[in-house]
Amino acid sequence: MANVVVYVEQRLGKLRSVAYEAVSAGRRLADSLGGGQVVAVALGKDRLPELADLGAYGADKVVAGAHDLFAQYSAEAYALALGKVARAADAHYVLAPASAEGKDFIPRVAIKLDAGYMADVTAISVENGTVHITRPIYAGKAFNVMHSADTPQVATLRPKLFAAVKSREGAQAPIEDLGAIDAGGIKAVFKEFKMTGGGQLDVTEANIIVTGGRGLGKGENFSVLEPLAAVLKAAIGASRAAVDAGWIEHSHQVGQTGKVVTPSLYIACGISGAIQHLAGMSNSKVIVAINNNADAPIFQVADYGIVGDLFEVVPALTAELKKFMD
Amino acid sequence: MKIIVCVKKVPDTESKIKIAADGKSIETGELKYIMNPYDEFSVEEALQLKEKQGGEVVVLCLGGDAEKEIRSALAMGADSAVYLEDPGYNGDNYATAKTLADYLKGQSFDLLLFGKVAVDDGAAAIGPMVAELLGLPSLSAVETLSYEAGKFVGHMGVEGGTNIVELPVPCVLTAEKGLNVPRYPSVMGIMKAKKKPLEKKPTKTALPKFTIVKLQSPPPRPPGKIVGKGVEAVPQLVDLLRNEAKVI
Repeated sequence: MANVVVYVEQRLGKLRSVAYEAVSAGRRLADSLGGGQVVAVALGKDRLPELADLGAYGADKVVAGAHDLFAQYSAEAYALALGKVARAADAHYVLAPASAEGKDFIPRVAIKLDAGYMADVTAISVENGTVHITRPIYAGKAFNVMHSADTPQVATLRPKLFAAVKSREGAQAPIEDLGAIDAGGIKAVFKEFKMTGGGQLDVTEANIIVTGGRGLGKGENFSVLEPLAAVLKAAIGASRAAVDAGWIEHSHQVGQTGKVVTPSLYIACGISGAIQHLAGMSNSKVIVAINNNADAPIFQVADYGIVGDLFEVVPALTAELKKFMD
Repeated sequence: MKIIVCVKKVPDTESKIKIAADGKSIETGELKYIMNPYDEFSVEEALQLKEKQGGEVVVLCLGGDAEKEIRSALAMGADSAVYLEDPGYNGDNYATAKTLADYLKGQSFDLLLFGKVAVDDGAAAIGPMVAELLGLPSLSAVETLSYEAGKFVGHMGVEGGTNIVELPVPCVLTAEKGLNVPRYPSVMGIMKAKKKPLEKKPTKTALPKFTIVKLQSPPPRPPGKIVGKGVEAVPQLVDLLRNEAKVI
């Protein structure tokens, strides 16, 4: 039996897809340990209308902190709130997305609960009541399978790897109020959220990523990839070479010193396939490489490759896809 | 302004990672080590703040056999270093944060800086954990930073944008790539670094909460195929993506 508290992240008035992934993972974990309460925690200015729907994904109840204190992101306030619920719910496990905010405030929750912390978890398995938590090291060149005899345990889950499943179709979770927290000691002050890149899809959340590397030649040539990304509704990624050359912001960088991604489809254009880049994308379901050098290491890891000039192949690919996708 | 910058020794990102015979660790024999690349951004930021505000920059490191990496931060221009030396350093997040916080409880500082993430462990946990243990505000993945009259304003990179947050001193920040352009140590800097104070404190890292059951290699990928050359191969590629791979 294990109680699981799950943080359900929201932004701009909507639950993010990682929220449904985390609740589903929490339900699967509790069930594989003989059952238990799955409690979702939602923090924001208002109670979102979709909170009760979390019942369908396995939440037994939702604790909502709908309060000005949570209207904007605050690591200290969010950690206090989640710590309060975890203690009240006698949580054995606390799960949250390994999103940017998750990675910032969830470690603070672990310390509040004097709990071990596993970041960016890629799998949770249970054998004979023993829970194994798997997470990548060296940007996924290897994986640690970890165990702790202590509870509670706190983990952030890699986005897009834990399936969001309606195990209780139609169920509506009751919602209760978080109640007061002692905000007196909170020192950091949120000023503003600034949208960048016109709300472009982040590579860590994308199902499809189109990435450009040194082969693009210059920054302006990312424009060659944009129509392809648009028809596929893909995020644009970049190699370290492209970022270091100043062609695109670091937020697009995929690799060991950038982001690790898990899309269904990864299209690498003009990317040679340095070991550090592979570390960031080799967990993609399907990899396509377009490069005019047949010996480029990227072809070793690609499922499908085209040897050719990306300035000809990418527009041709875009046109071919438009035939049935638009 | 007193700034403490925490640095970590990590294997070079070129390293091929091989699982050792015991199945619970990696083979270290052929590894080359460097200061964590993200720590270069935090050292550089500390140096720029010192140049503007005056004060001192102290490097802090927990680990084993890490003197070379600490000296590289001193060579960039930091003033002194404290080396919590533990040859048996276990790398666990919780244990690392507790051990660092135990030392830092006795120190006064305006700013405690970490790199956003260590490229070996990838957890990005230590900054926020130490902040919580010390009762300080923190902000991770800072892409832009300014300081005025006892307050830092940091831009934290999040999906689709940035959270702009103001933190009073003392506070904890973790540096994202792009925060600045780290300077290369000059020859003079490297020479001076050898004489800068480096205080070694024998340390036993706290006990970890998690133990390693085993290490796994990434699942092997089946061999792929070159579909063809140039634009002629495009229709077949699209067909394979739709009907074989079924990803579009």
